[in-house]
Amino acid sequence: MHPVVILIAQRIALGVLLLFATSILIFVGTLILPGDVAQAILGQSATPQSLANLREEMGLNDPAWQRYFQWLRGVLQGDLGSSLSNQRDIATQIGARLGNTLFLAFWAALVAVPLAIFLGLLAVRYRDRWPDKLISGFTLASISLPEFFLGYVLIYFFAVKWRWFPSVSTIYDSMSFWQKLDAIVLPAAVLTLVILAHMMRMTRAAILNVMQSAYVETAELKGLTTFDVIRKHAFPNAIAPVVNVVMLNLAYLVVGVVVVEVVFVYPGMGQYLVDHVSKRDVPVVQACGLIFAAVYIGLNMIADIVSILANPRLRHPR
Amino acid sequence: MTEDTFLKVRDLKIGATAYPPGEPPKWIEIVHGVSLDLEKGKVLGLIGESGAGKSTIGLAAMGYGRGGVEISGGEVWINGRDILSGSPRELRRLRGSEVTYVSQSAAASFNPAKKIMEQVIEASVRHGKFSRSEAEKRAVSLFDKLGLPDPETIGERYPHQVSGGQLQRAMTAMALCPQPDLVVFDEPTTALDVTTQIDVLKAIKEAIADTGVAAIYITHDLAVVAQVADDIMVLRMGEKVEYGSTEQIINAPQEEYTRALVSVRSISHEEKPPTNEPLLSVQNVTARYRGTNFDVLHDVSVDVHPGQTLAVVGESGSGKSTLARVITGLLPPRDGMIEFSGRTLSPTLAGRTREDLRELQMIYQMADVAMNPRHTVGTIIGRPLEFYFGLKGAEKKKRVKELLDEIEMGDGFLDRYPAELSGGQKQRVCIARALAAKPKLIICDEVTSALDPLVADGILKLLLNLQKREDVAYLFITHDIATVRAIADSIAVMYQGRVQRYGAKSTVLSPPFDDYTDLLLSSVPEMKLGWLEEVIETRRMTSAGN
Amino acid sequence: MKNIPVAAMLGLLFTGLYFLAAIFAPLLAPYGMAQIVGDVWEPSSSRHWLGTDSIGRDLLSRMIYGGRTTIFIATAATLLSFLTGSVLGLIAAVIGGWVDQFLSRFIDLIMSIPTLIFALVILSVMPVTIPILILVMGLLDSTRVYRLARAVAVDINVMDFVEAAKLRGEGRIWVIFREILPNALSPLIAEMGLRFIFAVLFVSTLSFLGLGVQPPQADWGGIVKENKDGIVYGIPAALIPAIAIATLAISVNLVADWVLNRTTSLKGGRG
Repeated sequence: MHPVVILIAQRIALGVLLLFATSILIFVGTLILPGDVAQAILGQSATPQSLANLREEMGLNDPAWQRYFQWLRGVLQGDLGSSLSNQRDIATQIGARLGNTLFLAFWAALVAVPLAIFLGLLAVRYRDRWPDKLISGFTLASISLPEFFLGYVLIYFFAVKWRWFPSVSTIYDSMSFWQKLDAIVLPAAVLTLVILAHMMRMTRAAILNVMQSAYVETAELKGLTTFDVIRKHAFPNAIAPVVNVVMLNLAYLVVGVVVVEVVFVYPGMGQYLVDHVSKRDVPVVQACGLIFAAVYIGLNMIADIVSILANPRLRHPR
Repeated sequence: MTEDTFLKVRDLKIGATAYPPGEPPKWIEIVHGVSLDLEKGKVLGLIGESGAGKSTIGLAAMGYGRGGVEISGGEVWINGRDILSGSPRELRRLRGSEVTYVSQSAAASFNPAKKIMEQVIEASVRHGKFSRSEAEKRAVSLFDKLGLPDPETIGERYPHQVSGGQLQRAMTAMALCPQPDLVVFDEPTTALDVTTQIDVLKAIKEAIADTGVAAIYITHDLAVVAQVADDIMVLRMGEKVEYGSTEQIINAPQEEYTRALVSVRSISHEEKPPTNEPLLSVQNVTARYRGTNFDVLHDVSVDVHPGQTLAVVGESGSGKSTLARVITGLLPPRDGMIEFSGRTLSPTLAGRTREDLRELQMIYQMADVAMNPRHTVGTIIGRPLEFYFGLKGAEKKKRVKELLDEIEMGDGFLDRYPAELSGGQKQRVCIARALAAKPKLIICDEVTSALDPLVADGILKLLLNLQKREDVAYLFITHDIATVRAIADSIAVMYQGRVQRYGAKSTVLSPPFDDYTDLLLSSVPEMKLGWLEEVIETRRMTSAGN
Repeated sequence: MKNIPVAAMLGLLFTGLYFLAAIFAPLLAPYGMAQIVGDVWEPSSSRHWLGTDSIGRDLLSRMIYGGRTTIFIATAATLLSFLTGSVLGLIAAVIGGWVDQFLSRFIDLIMSIPTLIFALVILSVMPVTIPILILVMGLLDSTRVYRLARAVAVDINVMDFVEAAKLRGEGRIWVIFREILPNALSPLIAEMGLRFIFAVLFVSTLSFLGLGVQPPQADWGGIVKENKDGIVYGIPAALIPAIAIATLAISVNLVADWVLNRTTSLKGGRG
């Protein structure tokens, strides 16, 4: 078999293994640590008898590994259990919210990715001149700002002072596509700003690395136009690192989404997770944690697979 | 100047802006007003040590400054035009069409994502010199002429699928393909093994002769350039030292510096007869690296006698550095044993006594990574004194000063950091550190190969003097036969992990030779005209590397 | 130390000021931390420089006490992450073998879950107190320090000068502390700045989400949460702690950048 196929198969297997290990970690993290779900539900004033009853009912007296496999079996069949706080089915609740979160993340990425690559190229083109310095100053500022700060600044000016956009991004099914889009302009803008800087800086570094290589010099010494040098020699080698950068930052987006959803009261996964952490609703937290981790692991895996595919040494072995 | 002079450089000045930390940026001139002429079909050699500005001048002939380097003054005339006053567009028309370039590292200069053929013909097609199919035909004939295997199909491979020596030839084909008037060769054989170098050198020389192209040949090795150049310019620190015909430069150098370069490696060393009792005896050693399934050393046996030098020579991959790792205990052998000072050494580092370690010291090829950059020279040399002999305070300082004197550096260096020393000084400090342990044997792993020839000569002389004074033995690992001639008492030639030939220097270096030793010995460029042709005529085996 | 660039100087100045304010908070704050002294969201005045908050407490006093909490937690978490991360990283690099494999794979696993998500999962079952916050933040963040320390140490460990020390017969203690550590220190110190910023942002984010420092205890993220409803009425009180977080983070960043540049240029030297 072609070595690339083997490598990719290995990488996918590793991803699955990692996901499996992650599920154990999340399960162990929520159940072995001090604090008890039954206690959490009933509160401090619960009688020992009612606590014992609840534990029995929830199967908390079974050994941990048994509960883990029960949970895992459920997860694999799409059954995430039901919420402790309102007894509703978690899978159906997450379904709609996951859609909302992906909708928001999709638009943020759609703006951020091309913009970051463009600005990264600009920084390379004007390296060490003012556009580059401006961009790196912006980067410094943006990695120092908390996401909620960006959120409230945008709300303060765009929603409150100038009233261009709504300050709260509630969306529901009956809204039209354009209404939804209008509602998410501000949160999407914040998310864009959050990942833009990192992505730009990493893109700049990746492209600079290629532009400073000896083969680009060779191309210049062949008398090719700058455009041709970039198109034929720099670009094919820069795709892999840039895709890598994009994937890593999209993975970062997953985290940014949590805070931004809370700021804008957006009905997505992040909001749902945070709400239920305060309610100590463990099954919901486990389910959300697993989904966030899966997205994160998946994106990292895609980044690695792209690197494998783009490596000519692996594609054309000796 | 004649009609045929088509490259004319006048008072060329080149510099770069440096950004020293904490200071305002400043302009540093690298080349200070160099002039030269080149006729059609001739080859000019530019020679000098690192920092001489030779590559910078070579690239200036294409109007190019590498990494922030700028041409600040002078004129470069090619075919009657001053290219420095031309527009970027005119420069582009010149590059890859009238003037082409061959770099030191072809492996890095080929785009890893594109097939070789595509890159070789790219300039010809872009500049409209040939149609694609014409260019491809031309490339194939160049591949053939340059001695590449399978010239018809090698262009369909990717750069990583062919060897370094082959890639270097492919790059020469790339430079010759558009029928340029001038090719700039920038150290094209430096990164290759000697036996490969000679083939590439021959291929380049014949290709130049066949195509009638003019060339600038840049190298630090005078013996190499003497084989290919018609004229030679000797450069030092961005200035011309001497400029004349190759014959004049080699046979009748005028300047002191040129004379030194010509007579480099002329150190002579009287061979000593072996003693009854060897100091170090490596017996039937076989070794492999962990996690691999092939042996890098096969049944190696050599002796080093007290106060003498055993030179271990071989090309990259011959196993010579592995042998050093086995002797020091870093790589326990699979089989065989090592005796040292009459006792059997433990195969592992952990099993050796402090006395074993003290008596067996090591000096490395890259002096700048062999010293902790955060320690001063005083600490570096003082540590073995403290560690092995328990010296402290004033006593230690006194001994460090003595050692600094021995390596011909003053005690002004005590508080300096390695970054503040020159390459030669760094290597001297490493020698002092080894000496501080009062060893019986020092393993020298390519200690001169990263240095400029004159500096390397100084180090070799120092090592010989120290051997006389301290009666220390050396196991000298090198790929350079000239160095071996200069210092060895006995020689082991290694090839593919085996000792190919072993004995006293005079025996090993006298015929009859086995095929490999013949190839190795004959491949070392000699400082005489016509050497290349002579060798090609007489040798028996071609390049071992591929 | 003479040639400190302006940016680094400013960074040092502000970082110093914030830390001093944190240490001497009780002396500097005009009112008590939880003392209600006026109306809801009074604008800034000579009595209340930054105005009052959502229940009429002096915002400046809350900011000063809040800074104290935030900086304390961030510092403690950074120190914890550094101690754990760099010790484990150096050990993994020098010992190698299965110890390295075990530690590195375990860290890979922890890092395959985004830090914030992992923290939320743990905080859903743990009591949210300051020591627990420090522990969770410090340990989760030590994974990054581990990776850096290990990578740097592995690079140094294969250098000839370390080999030379091993051939001399030096023990592991000398190799780690005299050969490797001095060369690994500068990237680690620069990283420490970045980790501190991350800790400030992290604890603020948790508090903002209501899962960090609990009221009435003040901290910057919590102050944002308390006053965020004012934004809609055009009251910018919530932005003030956010600005404090940002300026502190930028200042530390400037210092870290300078440390990193200074050490890389020292390494370069004369080739």
